[in-house]
Amino acid sequence: MSDHPDKIKKVSIIVSRGSLEGVYPGLIMANGARMEGIDDSLFFTFLGLYAVLKKYMGHIKIATVGNTAMRVPDAKGFPLPTFLGALPGMSAFATAMMNKEMAKLNIPPIPEFVEMIHDTGGKLYACKATVDMFHLTKEDFCPQIERVLTVGEFYVLSAGGQIIFT
Amino acid sequence: MPQKIINGATLDVNDEGYLTNHAQWTRPIAAALAQELGITLADAHWKVIEFIDKDFKEKGVVPGMRRMNKIGGIPTKDLYALFPDGPIKKAAKTAGYPKPASCV
Repeated sequence: MSDHPDKIKKVSIIVSRGSLEGVYPGLIMANGARMEGIDDSLFFTFLGLYAVLKKYMGHIKIATVGNTAMRVPDAKGFPLPTFLGALPGMSAFATAMMNKEMAKLNIPPIPEFVEMIHDTGGKLYACKATVDMFHLTKEDFCPQIERVLTVGEFYVLSAGGQIIFT
Repeated sequence: MPQKIINGATLDVNDEGYLTNHAQWTRPIAAALAQELGITLADAHWKVIEFIDKDFKEKGVVPGMRRMNKIGGIPTKDLYALFPDGPIKKAAKTAGYPKPASCV
């Protein structure tokens, strides 16, 4: 287990999407990496950046419009027609349902999860292009963000590891 | 099934060295198992082991990180400092319980 010569030692995980289902996989993989003793960095880019913006990270929702995998009332239910997904409150409702299921599995809400990953020794970075595009400053970010990186710096930092895009 | 001998006691283990019969677990065995992982058990480690023991007896599974934080009162940082590189796996092994099967 620990002595396998091909063991992954380091991963860099890119979170590029800002929906609930877009953000969680990267966070779960990052936390899971640390649980296996693998070093990790998380790189938040484009809409994925919302997962580490103080003001928004607690309000990330599931997309109920244009999400063809969406089913109601649960994961094995009927496909949700797009026009129903557009009803006010639909996204909040679906998000609340999923949060409830995740809480049962002890998967933390996003702000707590980000803090947990930081506490495991995982490093969190924000993408410079997006930061410039969204006119963000350091104050907009949660304190767990290490710093803002260019793509070049990200590659330097990821040397010798695996890069995972989510 | 593989076995290993610690302190003169023969223990049933799986391929990864996790005890398969918790009844064989004792505190000196925990100390020996931890030593194999390069860890010398102190009071803070015992607090973790005792929580896993209590929670496993209640729930039937090794608690995940969030349960360790919220119910056990053990911060993530401390857990990683006490059992570096894979804290829950190492703590569960030391406590004589199976490898955790949860993703989080």
